[in-house]
Amino acid sequence: MIKVSGLTKDYGARRAIHNLSFDAQQGEIVGFLGPNGAGKTTTMRILTGYMPPTDGEAIVAGYDVVEESLEVRKRVGYLPETVPLYTDMVVFDYLKFMGELRKIPNVNARVDEVLDMVGLIDRADGYIGNLSKGMRQRIGLAQALLHRPEVLILDEPTIGLDPGQVVEVRGLIREIGKERTVLLSTHLLNEAQNICDRVLIINNGKIVAEDTTENLQARLIGAERVVIRVRGEADELAKTVKLVKGVQGVETKSDGSVEFEFSSGKDLRPEVAKQVINSGYDLIELRPLGMSLEEIFLELTGSDTKKK
Amino acid sequence: MRNIWTIAKREYDNYFNSPLAYVVAFSILLPMGIYFSLIMFVSSQQAMMGGPAPESSPINWLFVFLMIFLSPALTMRLLSDEARMGTLELLLTAPIRDFELVAGKWLGAFMFVLGLAALTLVFPLIINNYVTPGIDWMVILSSYLGMILVCGALLALGTGISAIFTNQFAAFFMTLGLFFFLWFMVSLPASYLQQGGDVLNYLSLSTHFSQSMNNGTINLGDIVYYLSLIALGLFTGTTAVEIRRWR
Repeated sequence: MIKVSGLTKDYGARRAIHNLSFDAQQGEIVGFLGPNGAGKTTTMRILTGYMPPTDGEAIVAGYDVVEESLEVRKRVGYLPETVPLYTDMVVFDYLKFMGELRKIPNVNARVDEVLDMVGLIDRADGYIGNLSKGMRQRIGLAQALLHRPEVLILDEPTIGLDPGQVVEVRGLIREIGKERTVLLSTHLLNEAQNICDRVLIINNGKIVAEDTTENLQARLIGAERVVIRVRGEADELAKTVKLVKGVQGVETKSDGSVEFEFSSGKDLRPEVAKQVINSGYDLIELRPLGMSLEEIFLELTGSDTKKK
Repeated sequence: MRNIWTIAKREYDNYFNSPLAYVVAFSILLPMGIYFSLIMFVSSQQAMMGGPAPESSPINWLFVFLMIFLSPALTMRLLSDEARMGTLELLLTAPIRDFELVAGKWLGAFMFVLGLAALTLVFPLIINNYVTPGIDWMVILSSYLGMILVCGALLALGTGISAIFTNQFAAFFMTLGLFFFLWFMVSLPASYLQQGGDVLNYLSLSTHFSQSMNNGTINLGDIVYYLSLIALGLFTGTTAVEIRRWR
């Protein structure tokens, strides 16, 4: 659905994105993750036919973004980062206008439908200028969904929403992502973890990692670390855990839990659990620690604020 | 074509959302009404002494003259505001051509001015009531054709300039300056030149209207002049939007 190869964009002397290549299949939600100024918005603008690339090629929904820009634009729904809206227009009229530009048949009914989807049907007759930031965000999303696009490109779709709305919008995106292609950018790592099938981590205009969230974690850690907690003394527990073959790096924590790790591939958790229970402890918690996406992200983008 | 109409319709409706359109309508219709009353008054005095019948051409001239100053206000924000507010990003990622966007914006403004021009038809209708055997409607037709063409050209140039700027006031003053130059100044040196004076006269916005169509003579050259200005304005606008994409 989206196929990008060797994409490069220069703004004057500054190179915003450098030789970017990736693809996204139908029914896939791909997260575009990176710090501010990494080139996320630039890439999205090229994919939506807003600006041409300096070099390279991008095929969206089967059409070249430069050669067949109009065909691409017909098939793409786009929510820009700043959610530009006509503040002096009534919500319904605005969506109707966008729908007419996209030549949607039965536009009035469709506008009602998308307004219902984003939960703003009761504000249809209000002025956009009177809406809160979160509501405007959802109007922008409604606009992107209007023409049932094959490809949905969302630039930070949940920014400015309250927690309840974030859950709702994420649910909506997940629903859409089942049959369509969604490319969304975010710098909220838990969001990427939450809704994306695959994550592209981009920094300084280059892709530094590309994988599923689970694989990214596994790839970077190499070994899996587990925390275990029982009713009773941690020191005693540590000795018991050490008895299991293959367990390494046993540490006693101040909160009374014990951490240990084993090389990924052979899961030792069942053995450890048996050993602990057989030794007469009441097992309360046994949980993989896994490196969080935050840590992976900092590791990959080589940020100075890196932990450890 | 349908895209042009969609854009034009929104732009036309949008004029009535802002006080600007009413201000423009007021500033054009009030002076015209006062001027019309004066003409009627003077002619009625002269008519007793066998003076000429009142004509509507000076009133139509005033409409065009006022448009020089008021049309930049109608076009200044057409595309500059879209760029400033970022809504241009949505229009440029919608499946419409850049030309359709610019032409639609122009058409929206043009429809508003056509409405204003239609309102001024009341003046020749009133004159027609007082003059026997009635006024020459062919002259009125020619005069209104001229008015419409001048306004179309002014609005197209204004739309084109609006696409260049992000700041609507920059667009306003640039447009006003250009109209001032084309209306008053370009033909000034013509009478002092040995050769080429005709070219300068041809470039002037006013001669094609005041000295021909407003008096009932329609020349192909005049029509071509205004149509080429419309084409030039829309071309400038389309190019400016395309350049915006590359930046």
